[in-house]
Amino acid sequence: MSIFKIVLRNAFRHRLRTVLTILGIATAVMAFGLIRTIVTAWNAGVEASAANRMITRHRVSLIFPVPLTDREQIARVPGVTGLSWANWFGGVYGNSTDFKNFWPRFAVDANTYFGLYPEFVVPPDQLEAFRKERSACILGRKVAADHGFKLGDVITLEGDIYPGPWQFVVRGIYTGRDPSVDETQMFFQWDYLYEQVKQREPGRATDAGFYVLRVDRPGDMALVAAAIDTMFTNSRAPTKTESEREFQQSFVSMSSAIITSLKVISLVIVGIILLVLANTILMAARERTREYAVLKTLGFQARHVAAFIIGESLLIAFCGGLLGLALTFPVVRGFGLALPGFFPVIRVEPVTIALALGAAVLSGLAAAAVPTVRAIRTSIVSGLRMIG
Amino acid sequence: MTSPIIQIRGVSKSYRRDSMAIPVLHAITLDVPEGEFIALMGPSGSGKTTLLNLIAGIDRPNEGSVTVAGTDVTRLGESELAKWRARHIGFVFQFYNLLPVLTAYENVELPLLLAPLSKAERKQHVEAALSLVGLADRLHHYPRQLSGGQEQRVAIARAIAPDPTILVADEPTGDLDRQSADEVLTLLERLNREYHKTIVMVTHDPHAAERAHTIRHLDKGELQ
Repeated sequence: MSIFKIVLRNAFRHRLRTVLTILGIATAVMAFGLIRTIVTAWNAGVEASAANRMITRHRVSLIFPVPLTDREQIARVPGVTGLSWANWFGGVYGNSTDFKNFWPRFAVDANTYFGLYPEFVVPPDQLEAFRKERSACILGRKVAADHGFKLGDVITLEGDIYPGPWQFVVRGIYTGRDPSVDETQMFFQWDYLYEQVKQREPGRATDAGFYVLRVDRPGDMALVAAAIDTMFTNSRAPTKTESEREFQQSFVSMSSAIITSLKVISLVIVGIILLVLANTILMAARERTREYAVLKTLGFQARHVAAFIIGESLLIAFCGGLLGLALTFPVVRGFGLALPGFFPVIRVEPVTIALALGAAVLSGLAAAAVPTVRAIRTSIVSGLRMIG
Repeated sequence: MTSPIIQIRGVSKSYRRDSMAIPVLHAITLDVPEGEFIALMGPSGSGKTTLLNLIAGIDRPNEGSVTVAGTDVTRLGESELAKWRARHIGFVFQFYNLLPVLTAYENVELPLLLAPLSKAERKQHVEAALSLVGLADRLHHYPRQLSGGQEQRVAIARAIAPDPTILVADEPTGDLDRQSADEVLTLLERLNREYHKTIVMVTHDPHAAERAHTIRHLDKGELQ
């Protein structure tokens, strides 16, 4: 027999109470894990940003284009080693109320765009086929799998920013270099957009939505940004140049109130775990006041009594934490399936697992603090008088 | 002549209730020779359990000294006192106080966890103690599966398993029927006679006290 065996027996002395406590902790840990995963997914774009990429867009808003003629001047700015451009296309596929039918669609420069995004891995033959055909498109692996799109399939979209029906032939499917890469995007040739708009809406200008730049050294970003933006200060389209991370962050910051609320809720959940557990451990320790006095009479010391109480609290917290984590994975998967496209990359990160288990274990320690101090301070004679 | 194994000198003890001090023991002096079986008798509130607690090192006097097996226990810190109890005292409670989640075997093994013994050595001690109290066939029974007399015998086995210097028993037959009480008293007598254990027993039952070699009466905190 060991002290752990006694802790184990004590923990399950009142099975129903312990099981309910474990379920309570598990539910809270699962909610904590889900919320942290949502917050992480929200920031996925920011986290996936490359350290050497910058974005140049219209200073007023992303919805205003920047002239395509600016590209040569931008490319000559010292420190810029690569340049491409893209437009947000929008469009509607099938039933617009179905979340599954939403995925990001961009018109990109076929020759330069993928060179700046090495994290989008496209087989060379597919990239070649994409470049050769005006109406070709490249889809992310996930969106292709979700809709069953294969190479050669034709996708018809109803345009909104660029009205009318648009047809694209799937000529490539990209995969992410690592699990953090968004595999839900669609790219087609910017030239196709330009030609179609010219035909359908003569007189409508088609410029770049934004430029993507690659810089030599991330440390030069501030100088590059200042140089570009100064260059176009008094032009018809003044620019704002920033790192890709800052660009992504500007989208996330629009939802900062929601994210902050979610973070606060996750802290409240940690408090709930603590209260659920503290209630159980307080009751258990109070019921065993006499037993602790008996153990002290037999020669057990304060540290042994502390080990019994803290051990029991940690055991229950750990069981609840593990069960909660086990539940988090299917719940997150279900959440991702229920809202496809909303979170391109949603997965339980190792840091979330560590935080959830850490919260449970810390709650276990905190919940045991008061009953441990009480049990240690209670004299043997007082403890033996306790009826319970 | 050998020195007494228990020497109590001028011990006084009072408890505080709110702002009032309630005296329990007053200037007690007592010597108990090694191998003695002594019964402390007295009416409720006479201080006999308090005196027993002081001998067992689970309470401290306000004045005086309690020397047991050569150690003045009033001078030991909490941690040293706990170690001292584990080595020298076997305590038998009125209400047995077995841990309900542990079997008879595990309850008896409990104090042995504090001794530097291997698992095999602990097993030897536990089986010997339970055989001595006549419960070798109840090793894996939980307290709820035993009668009151059997529970008290397991409690005695737990008290003697570490081979303590002194056995202290607080009303060991107070919760038992006559037959079970006789069995427990016979067992204590045997431990004293055959194993030379010094036993201090608190009781208010004259029938139980008759089994002891010496009977001392306490009244209003003073030894008669």
